[in-house]
Amino acid sequence: MARPMQVSRYWRHFREKYRLIGGKCENGHVHFPKRPVCPVCGSRNVEEIELSGKGKVISWTIVRNPPSGFEYYKPFPLALIELEEGPIVLAQLTDVDPEEIDFGMEVEVVTKKIKEFEEDGIILYGYKFRPPVK
Amino acid sequence: MRKAVIIGAGMTPVGEHWKLGLRDLAVEAIFNAMEDAGIDKVDSLYVGNMISGPFVEQENLGALIADWAGLGNIPAVKIEAACASGGAAVQEGVKAVMSGLEDVVAVVGVEKMTDAWPSDATRYLAYAADAEWELFHGASFVALNALVMRYYMKTYGYTEEDLALFAVNAHANGAKNPYAMFKRPIKVETVLKSPYVADPLKLFDASPVCDGAASVIITTPEKAKELGVPKEKWVEVAGMGRAIDTISLASREDLLTLKAAKVAAERAYKMAGVEPKDIDFFEVHDAFTVMAALSLEALGAAKKGEGAKLAKEGQIAIDADYPIQTMGGLKARGHPVGATGVYQTVEAVLQLRGEAPSQVPDAEIGLTQNIGGTGSNITVSIFRRV
Ligand SMILES: [Zn+2]
Repeated sequence: MARPMQVSRYWRHFREKYRLIGGKCENGHVHFPKRPVCPVCGSRNVEEIELSGKGKVISWTIVRNPPSGFEYYKPFPLALIELEEGPIVLAQLTDVDPEEIDFGMEVEVVTKKIKEFEEDGIILYGYKFRPPVK
Repeated sequence: MRKAVIIGAGMTPVGEHWKLGLRDLAVEAIFNAMEDAGIDKVDSLYVGNMISGPFVEQENLGALIADWAGLGNIPAVKIEAACASGGAAVQEGVKAVMSGLEDVVAVVGVEKMTDAWPSDATRYLAYAADAEWELFHGASFVALNALVMRYYMKTYGYTEEDLALFAVNAHANGAKNPYAMFKRPIKVETVLKSPYVADPLKLFDASPVCDGAASVIITTPEKAKELGVPKEKWVEVAGMGRAIDTISLASREDLLTLKAAKVAAERAYKMAGVEPKDIDFFEVHDAFTVMAALSLEALGAAKKGEGAKLAKEGQIAIDADYPIQTMGGLKARGHPVGATGVYQTVEAVLQLRGEAPSQVPDAEIGLTQNIGGTGSNITVSIFRRV
């Protein structure tokens, strides 16, 4: 499964994936990730916006048979999280007992290792979400 | 625009074909369809396939299959729309005939999935999702559907047991289909006792990884007459529609509306001049039980939030008002992804000819709906007895 240009492929998105940079159109619609066209109003006048990373769980699952490359982490929780600015993000939950996960549970973003052991040896980092650290 | 009729249909059994490769399956299905139509040549070939590259390191399926089926130097291409590739290929074939550009078209849907390790198969299927924003985070296709399933259950108050009824119905019908992968009925308990793949989605909520190919021959009524195909074999393509939605689930305006199916269905109903109540059977894309429920809602067979209620009320059985999955659906017949839309078409043809193993009484109009991605690319086709 050797894929050329792996590093550049992930580097390209490091700002979104490390800092949760999304898009905000001239009419105030916020989305994540940033798109060339606002999905709500069709405006192409879209600026970058850094999202707060605070949100709540809308739905979740426990991935027991993951795609190849993620076997090491199984089982792991994956969730849809609605951020306080509005957009919904798909991400893994971390530092949480699967039994504790519930609808509306508050979570915050944290940068974590997403995957390693790729054939080319690179380690991928990105956002995950966890219950807020008090 | 010309009219299009299907004059031949053929398939291979769905299963784990360890002794057969992709080309063997495709050629067998095409030969069966051509034999059914009683013809020995076609003007072009459209191949529905999703992921032959990763699965068997083979692209250029148009050339491969037309070559090995001995179809001559005809135009032949692969059509890809994730799991809706088969439905899209059928529609491209129909468009070619309706436009007047081609007179006799062969469509084949084929997928060879069991040559890969299971976790690699899981990965390849997730290629239909958004690579950067879904697969990157370890999402499998099952996991994305599980997120929808949990949200559907929470929003409308359904249980895992309620959704299991879709699997039970599919297996009851598949048990009579000699081409189905699973030819045995199951109980609700069978589903509930099966292990979680991605909670709350269990093994028996999901369709299997498998191999298979199905094929149809499309032409005009005039040409069908000229070729001497008996009219009993004709099935009219009455309406079709196709639409996309956001590729990633997180970007969806409403997680519980299959917008692409809604838009595609509106187009198909309009073209056919029919309404949901006129449809005698629905072949919906039940890759996961929750998708059967959402599909019935998007197609107008049930109100929003009431798709699973239709199953609870016993309305989806062969002799009820909204029969679905009459030959087992993806769940029991099997879901060789890029072939599925063509299997659905073949099964609709058998129903409308009155040749189905579990026949819907007096079926005159049938609908097939083929979903690619987590609802991101959907085809709806309506067929009518001639
Ligand atoms: Zn906007």
